[in-house]
Amino acid sequence: MIPLEIGDTLKATFGDAILGTTIDGVFDPFSKIAPDRIKDVALFLRDNPQTAFDALMCLSGVDYTGGKLGVVYHLHSMKWNHKFTLKVEVTVENPHCQSVESVWKTANWHEREAFDLFGIVFDGHPDLRRILLPDDWDGHPLRKDYQVPEYYNGMKVPY
Amino acid sequence: MEATLTSRQVGITIPGFGRPLKTEEMVLNMGPQHPSTHGVLRLELVVDGEVVVDVIPHIGYLHRCFEKHAEAMANYQQVIPYCDRMDYVAAMNNDLGYAVACEKLLKIKIPERVEYIRVIMAELQRIASHLIAVGTYGMDIGAFTPFLYCFRDRERILDIFEHTCGARLLYNYIWIGGLSHDVPANFQEKVRDFCKYFRPNIKELNDLLSYNKIFVERTADVGVLPADVAINYGASGPVLRGSGVRWDLRKNDPYSIYDRFEWEIPVGTGKMGTVGDCWDRYMVRVHEMEQSLNIIEQAVDKIPPGDVQSAVPKRIRPDASEVYVRTETPKGELGYYVVADGTTSPFRVKVRPPCFVNLSALPAMCRGAMIADVVAVLGSIDIVLGEVDR
Amino acid sequence: MGLLDQKFENGNILITTADDLLNWARLSSLWGMQFGLACCAIEMMAMGASHYDTDRFGVFFRGTPRQSDVMIVAGTVTLKMASRIKTLYDQMSEPRYVISMGSCSNCGGPYWEHGYHVLKGVDRIIPVDVYVPGCPPRPEALIEGIMKLQEKIRNESLAKKKTA
Repeated sequence: MIPLEIGDTLKATFGDAILGTTIDGVFDPFSKIAPDRIKDVALFLRDNPQTAFDALMCLSGVDYTGGKLGVVYHLHSMKWNHKFTLKVEVTVENPHCQSVESVWKTANWHEREAFDLFGIVFDGHPDLRRILLPDDWDGHPLRKDYQVPEYYNGMKVPY
Repeated sequence: MEATLTSRQVGITIPGFGRPLKTEEMVLNMGPQHPSTHGVLRLELVVDGEVVVDVIPHIGYLHRCFEKHAEAMANYQQVIPYCDRMDYVAAMNNDLGYAVACEKLLKIKIPERVEYIRVIMAELQRIASHLIAVGTYGMDIGAFTPFLYCFRDRERILDIFEHTCGARLLYNYIWIGGLSHDVPANFQEKVRDFCKYFRPNIKELNDLLSYNKIFVERTADVGVLPADVAINYGASGPVLRGSGVRWDLRKNDPYSIYDRFEWEIPVGTGKMGTVGDCWDRYMVRVHEMEQSLNIIEQAVDKIPPGDVQSAVPKRIRPDASEVYVRTETPKGELGYYVVADGTTSPFRVKVRPPCFVNLSALPAMCRGAMIADVVAVLGSIDIVLGEVDR
Repeated sequence: MGLLDQKFENGNILITTADDLLNWARLSSLWGMQFGLACCAIEMMAMGASHYDTDRFGVFFRGTPRQSDVMIVAGTVTLKMASRIKTLYDQMSEPRYVISMGSCSNCGGPYWEHGYHVLKGVDRIIPVDVYVPGCPPRPEALIEGIMKLQEKIRNESLAKKKTA
C-alpha cells in the first residue's frame, strides 16, 4: 500500500484519534496520533493484513522545545516492504503516552530509553525504569534545558 | 518449582528419593567486569541450580552521550568521529550510515568513485568485524587458537586502512559528500592481494572451528530464536538471518550502489541442530565473509577515476526536515533518525543500534538453558557495548 | 629482562641487591587484568594477539583482579562504572599498578565537553602510574607504556614505601 492509502485507512478506522497526516514534501510520510490511542492504532496496523506492519524499526523521543515532547515511531512491513511513520506529541507537564510494548517487543527497551533520557512516561509498560543512566540519576539529560550536575556521588562531573 | 525447560532438561527428581527435591532460586551476577561479556555488560541471572530461569541485562555502563554531542557540535561533519566510536569494531559502516542520512537530507549526488570506494571499505570492515566476532566467540567457548588466527588476518585489513587514511581502528574517513582522503596508488593491488590471501583462510577457519565436535556440541540447539519472535523483537543482521529469514538491507532496501553486485544472502538452515540456534548465527557470519569477498572482488576492478572531495559541501545547512535511513552493518540494521532545523548543527540525531535491539532478545533465548549456554548465546549475538549504550 | 642474566660470569653465582632481584621478578611477569571497557580494548586485544605479542614481555591477561598485578584501564570510564572500577582496584593485592590507556581514561577524551555521564579521567578515583595517550593508542604505544612501567618498577626500592 502506498502511504496515501495507509493514511486514508487510518482516518477511516480511527476518525478523530488521527490529528493529521502529511504525505508530500517529507522524506517519511507520517500521521499524528493522540497519545491515548496510539496502542489501538499500532495494534490495528500490525494485525490488518493490508498494512501488516510487523516490525517497529525505531522509536525515538524528541524534545521540540517550548514545553513539548514527542515520540516518533518508524514502522516497517516485512511482508509488503512498505514503511510508515507515526508521531505523538505530549507536554512536559503531562508526559504520558500509551505503551506499545505489547504490540512489538522491540518497544520494550526503546520506551525505557525514552523515559530515561526525556522523561516520557509510557502507561502500560511492564517495567518502566532507567536503562542507560544509573537508577539514582536526577533529571532527563536529552531535554534541551538540561543542566549538567556539578557532582554525582562525590565525583566531579564537568571537566 | 515449575520451569519450562528445553530438551536439555536436567532431572529435578532424584530417583529413589520419592519426591521432588525442594529448591530455591538464586540470583547470580555476571558483573560488568567479566571475560566473556564482550565489554561492560551486567547480566543478572536468576538460576535454579544450573538452569537459568531468567536473564535480566543491565546496560548503560558505557553511555557516552552520543546524542547530546551530536546536538552540541557546531557542524554536521563534526559528528562523524563520534559515530566511529559507537560500534568501534565496524567504524566504517557507522560513518557510512550517518553520511547517507545527511546526504539524503541535503539531496546531493555522490560521485561514482566515492561510491565504489565506500562499498569496498564497508565490506572490508565487515570482514574485519566478523573476524573479531568469530575469534572471540571461539575464545568464549574455550578455543583460544582461532582468536589468534582471526587477529592475524584482521591485521592485514587494518594495514590497508592505515595505508589509506592513517588510522587502524577509528578512521573518520567517510565524510558527508565524499571521503577524507583519496586512496593511494597501489590500493587496488593491495585489495586484490588481500582477497587472494584470505579466501583459503576461511576454509582453514572452518577446519579449525566450525565443524569441531566440541564447538558443535556447545552451540547447536542452544539459544534457539524462532523467526516470528525474532521479527517481533526487531532482531536484524546475522541474528535474524540465522533464524531463517532471508532479509538483508543491502538487497531488500538498497542504498549506495549495492544493487550493482552479484552476491547471495546466507541464512541459517538448522544443519547441525535447529534453525535459529547459535551455530546457525555463527555460520551465517562465516558465509557472509565469503560473500563480502565476492563484492570486493567485483568492485575493485571497476573504480572509476575522479575526485573524492568534489561533492563535499562547503557549508552543510539542510532545510528543516527529517529522515530515517537504515544501513546494514555487520551487527544488523543501524538506523539514523536525523532531524534538521535549518541551522548548521543537527536538532536531533537518534541512533537505532542493532546490538541494543538484538540484546533485548537475550532473555527469550536463554530461558531454560544452563549457565554455560548463556555465554554461548551472548557470544552468538555479537554485541558491542559502545553501540548498545551509545 | 636483560638485567641479571648478563652477570653470570663466575659459573652460576650471581651477586646482586635484594631490590634489583625483587624488581626484576616483578617487572618480568606483569599479569594484567582483562579490563577492556571500550574501543581501546580492541587495541589491547590486538596487542595480546600474535602480531604484537605481549607474552614475550611476560604480560598475560587474567580474568580476576585477585591474581593480577597491573590493571590497564582501556576505554571510557562512565559514572555508572566508576564505583565498580574502585572496587576492582581495591580487590587487587599489592604491589599493584595502573596504566591508563587512551585519552578517555586519561582526561575524558573526546567526551570532555558535553559528556554528562563520562568521568573526566580515571585518575579522579584511582592512582595512575603510566598514562598512554592516543585515541586509540597503537599497540606499539601501549607496549611502550608497559615498558615505561617496567622502568618505573626497576627504580623502586624496598626501603621506600610505595605511596598509595
